[in-house]
Amino acid sequence: MTATLRADGVTKSFGGVKALNGCSLTVAEGRITGLIGPNGSGKTTLFNVMTGYERIDAGQVYLRDKQITGAAPHQVYGQGVGRTFQLTRIFPRLTVLENMLVPAQQRGSSRQRRERAMDLLAFTGIQAHAGALAGTLSYGQRKLLELAYVLVADPAVVLLDEPAGGVNPSLIHHISDRIRELNKSGRTFLIVEHNMEFVMGLCHELTVLDSGSVVATGPPDTVRNDPRVLDAYLGMGTDTDD
Amino acid sequence: MKFAAALPSQRQAVAQVAGVLVLIAAAVVFPLVFTNPTVTNFAVITLIFVCVASAWNLFSGFSGYLSLGHAVFYGTGAYFLVVAAKDWNVSGVAVFWLLPLAGLVAAIVAVPLGLIALRVRRHTFVVITIAFFFIAQLAASNLKVTGGSSGLLPPVPNFAPATFNDPFYYLALVMAVLTVAVAWQVRRSRFGLQLRAIRDDEDRAAGLGVRTMPVKLAALVLSAFITGMAGGLWVFFIGEAFPQFVFDPLFDLAVVFMAFFGGLGTLAGPVLGALVLEPAQLYLNLQGGNGYESEILFGALFLVVILFLPRGVIPTGGEYLRAYRARLDRSKEDSSESEMAADSAGTSVKGGVS
Repeated sequence: MTATLRADGVTKSFGGVKALNGCSLTVAEGRITGLIGPNGSGKTTLFNVMTGYERIDAGQVYLRDKQITGAAPHQVYGQGVGRTFQLTRIFPRLTVLENMLVPAQQRGSSRQRRERAMDLLAFTGIQAHAGALAGTLSYGQRKLLELAYVLVADPAVVLLDEPAGGVNPSLIHHISDRIRELNKSGRTFLIVEHNMEFVMGLCHELTVLDSGSVVATGPPDTVRNDPRVLDAYLGMGTDTDD
Repeated sequence: MKFAAALPSQRQAVAQVAGVLVLIAAAVVFPLVFTNPTVTNFAVITLIFVCVASAWNLFSGFSGYLSLGHAVFYGTGAYFLVVAAKDWNVSGVAVFWLLPLAGLVAAIVAVPLGLIALRVRRHTFVVITIAFFFIAQLAASNLKVTGGSSGLLPPVPNFAPATFNDPFYYLALVMAVLTVAVAWQVRRSRFGLQLRAIRDDEDRAAGLGVRTMPVKLAALVLSAFITGMAGGLWVFFIGEAFPQFVFDPLFDLAVVFMAFFGGLGTLAGPVLGALVLEPAQLYLNLQGGNGYESEILFGALFLVVILFLPRGVIPTGGEYLRAYRARLDRSKEDSSESEMAADSAGTSVKGGVS
């Protein structure tokens, strides 16, 4: 299986704190990869360096074997990497439909772009709010809007930063269904999430970060029982048999 | 239509177009009705400020980058017109043909300024634009080409005294209408949408592929072009170019106040702001003896607007109107429900009796 997105030995420091320490990660094409780890383990920093929001100190990032290290966010998006944020970042004073029309690299006439935008809003279930200001949406609806407008330009890989964070349980199911459906049609995902039920049920592969380094990689069932993961995540080590 | 809910209703659009046409028609006949030169003088200056406030809003209101340095473009346009008219021996109506060039020079000046200032955001951007303003003012006060502190005098057009203001008035009107039309077109375009996205969250817009620097710079250059043209027209109209008036810090504050007063980022807001505030200030200056009284009054009014109408008169008025309509709709629904309840109660009583 080919790698859609790959980070090789990525290092990033903030002052004296090493947020990422030679971190490597592979997101396989057509798969849903989860990135988990305790708070402060470097998950969002890895997202930021991969999408051009933070400068990389050392290491490389590749998209389908093309190096995108150090590219600006608009260039990374143009290459085919879309992302959402831990705390939703929508355009609150634009309407929901206008939010959908912001992304660049959209093809077709104005009407075709609008229709595609409405189709995606319908797919995420928020088409009824198309004319409303995005700032009036609930938190869960904002998450769905973010997912919808990232998909507008048809990115090769989508990075979702805590898509289920702060969202009510019924909407979490709706979001995971949408992701699964998109994945079935061939879309590749890299997901950071703290909700273990969500991650374990959705992801094909998991990578576990701790203190800026990868401690385990593999299918959810393998990673779940990896003593290094238990130690890093829960501080339980190998003495947790029960 | 699937996205009909996202579009303004046709009735609304027709009403808006009709309102604009009535306003333009009223503006066209204005100097025919009000022939007093003082009134038409106020009208010319007011229309120039409609241009400038709309041009400022096109950049600052749409992008969220509040510029306090647009006087640089206004002054550049003004000085260019005076110097070019003198050097090239242009006089009379022909001076008007220099206006696009005045705009072009201001636009060219905006490029390096933008490349420097637009790398920073918010307060830092504001401070940098103020710094540019003072550099321009000091340069104009000391350079030979601008006449230093003695200033320069543009050629005086040989228009008939009784209707001297009219050519300026109609040209200012055309420029004002065109500026608002350009702002309208920008707002509804993809470029305008990207500007407004930058205003809301620039980093997020970049993460969706928007090349933020070229978008911001293009808006600044377009805004500077219009402001430079307006500066050229203004200096030709008032007939003098002194650095303290051409590069006037109160110019920037007045323009910002106009946009805030009417509604920052809206199309009609800066127009309303200019139409209300500029004649009021000119009138107060005429009545008051010195300009400071009106400036103190306007400073206080600016505070009131920022504190109580931070979104401006038009957006706040629109909110009140929507709330009023919603209340009316609710009361209509309530009364029809109680009528239905009364009808059904009456039927059951009749039924009970019979």
